[in-house]
Amino acid sequence: MSAAPLLAVRDLVVHYPMARGIVGTVGRKEERVVRAVDGVSLTVASGELVALVGESGCGKTTTAHAVMRMLVPRSGSVEISGRDIAPLSERALRPLRREAQIVFQDPYESLDPRYRVRDTVTEPLVIHGMGNKEERTERVRLALEHAGLSPAELFLDRYPHELSGGQRQRVAIASALVLEPKLLVADEPVSMLDVSVRAGILDLLDGLRRTGLGILMITHDLSTAAHYADRILVMYLGRIVEEGPARAVVNDPQHPYTRALISVVPRRDPNDKHREQILQGETPNPVDIPDGCRFHPRCPIGDESCLAVDPQLMGEGAHRAACIKL
Amino acid sequence: MSAAPVLEVQDLHVWFDLGHGRELNAVQGASLTLARGERMGLVGESGCGKTTLSLALMGLLPPNASVAGHVLLDGVDILAGGEDSLRPHRWRDIAMVFQGAMNAFNPVKRIGSQIVEAMELHDVASGRAAQARCGELLELVGIRAERANRFPHEFSGGMRQRAAIAMALSCQPRVLLADEPTTALDVMVQAQILQLLTRLSDELGLAIILVTHDLPVVAQTCQTAAVMYAGRVAELGPTVALYDAPRHPYTRMLFAATPDLTGTAGVASIPGAPPRLDRPLVACPFAPRCDSVFGTCRERRPPLLTVGEGHLAACHLAGSVA
Repeated sequence: MSAAPLLAVRDLVVHYPMARGIVGTVGRKEERVVRAVDGVSLTVASGELVALVGESGCGKTTTAHAVMRMLVPRSGSVEISGRDIAPLSERALRPLRREAQIVFQDPYESLDPRYRVRDTVTEPLVIHGMGNKEERTERVRLALEHAGLSPAELFLDRYPHELSGGQRQRVAIASALVLEPKLLVADEPVSMLDVSVRAGILDLLDGLRRTGLGILMITHDLSTAAHYADRILVMYLGRIVEEGPARAVVNDPQHPYTRALISVVPRRDPNDKHREQILQGETPNPVDIPDGCRFHPRCPIGDESCLAVDPQLMGEGAHRAACIKL
Repeated sequence: MSAAPVLEVQDLHVWFDLGHGRELNAVQGASLTLARGERMGLVGESGCGKTTLSLALMGLLPPNASVAGHVLLDGVDILAGGEDSLRPHRWRDIAMVFQGAMNAFNPVKRIGSQIVEAMELHDVASGRAAQARCGELLELVGIRAERANRFPHEFSGGMRQRAAIAMALSCQPRVLLADEPTTALDVMVQAQILQLLTRLSDELGLAIILVTHDLPVVAQTCQTAAVMYAGRVAELGPTVALYDAPRHPYTRMLFAATPDLTGTAGVASIPGAPPRLDRPLVACPFAPRCDSVFGTCRERRPPLLTVGEGHLAACHLAGSVA
């Protein structure tokens, strides 16, 4: 790409220190860290929907929080429209916050129950000091209609408890859109919603992408990612182990972890009796990441050589995997 | 099905007293039958009554709930005498694994002692015998017997869920109700638990009702499925028949709203929302959201009729819907 991508994350590392307790601190117990994100690089272009998928604890939400600068990374850079936000102070960051907005997983908890829809969606404008009263009202109305709550007049004066789950999530999306961001981070945007309304929310995100918004969607649901994303990034223990065009990753997975993961995703068709490759045990603790390839203790094709190298993403073109056995 | 059913639910009603003379009719005449060793998926949106129905089978509804209808266990109506006739069967014949069961263990007691306690409480076994049986149960669900003396926090989420299944099986039930047993788990661990449930029903002849909102899980695990809508069974039958030739538009639209990993067809949400259950329903409850609605749908509620081999549907169009 010639121009700087909308979002460029490079070698992002986020470690959480573990509590040692007073005895541990006084006794100079060795300081241990959770290596939640351990060297992640990714890009999102304008008009692109990128899905970051993985199991719980793989670091996908931590990555999203680092992109939003909700936490300060240990190292690495997060560039939005070419400007690195990682080292900026809160004050210098504030104008840039408008460019990237986040939608959280649970619309039952992310909306203030005492705020009317109007107040929830107006608040970001007030915080950023945008527009006068009339302009704000107009922007809020537009954002609600963009988010599929139309006519907006029907929803402006309602409280969250008067809305369905899908409508609540649309309010959350509207309050992200009201600042006209260039990048939207959606952290499991439909996992709390009923199947019958999920497609509506995902179609909304898909439509926003078509108008030029870049979207980073965090999800554990590979079927959703396969349907809606342009590209899929698969995370395992703090690292991206495979990335590529969504269809390529799903139909022709390369990394042994992706292959196993894809094989166990339940299919909608009961006639589909494909063979599942069930990995035993569970993902190791991100405190004790295995040496060499972090997947080797559970890998069906690994051998001693995998202990020696910590593989980087390899391959030609857009579809790449971090495995030396390919 | 040829074999005598182990569980029959006939015209089950459950309503909650909301106070001030208001009632919520959570289950409005649900019927289903379950054979030995059968795995049935009970699916539907939030609020369709699937969990309420399971709790009614266990007799574990809150005090403001009332129940009517018949629940036959090997032909004997266990609801007929209220709590007194139900109590001897709870856990011993029908057991349940609750949603989030893995987080329901007492954190300061060892896993094994909690399973032993369940057996002693129901006079299944005690002392050494109970401990030996506890070891067998843990091995059955894929946990080494010596881990019985571990505390819950020493187990991962998947292992705690296995232990919860072991505990539900401790009184050798014939029917296991599993309410969203894998919802909080990762897909790989989910596959392990579903494999375990499948093995248990194949090897022990355990009949399982898998309560879930996740259609693909049912498609891959269960031979039959019951789709619930607004407190009733909308369609029931072999999972393959429900997928290949659904007779109720709701079933068809529910499948169409579910993204498939390798499918290329678009995904369509179902417009509207389920009806309120605190007022009487006279018409087909799905009519306002249905894409095949016609005059009769707004006048009468369709009965659940047989439309094929072990296949029932409650739709005025069931005879002609392709």
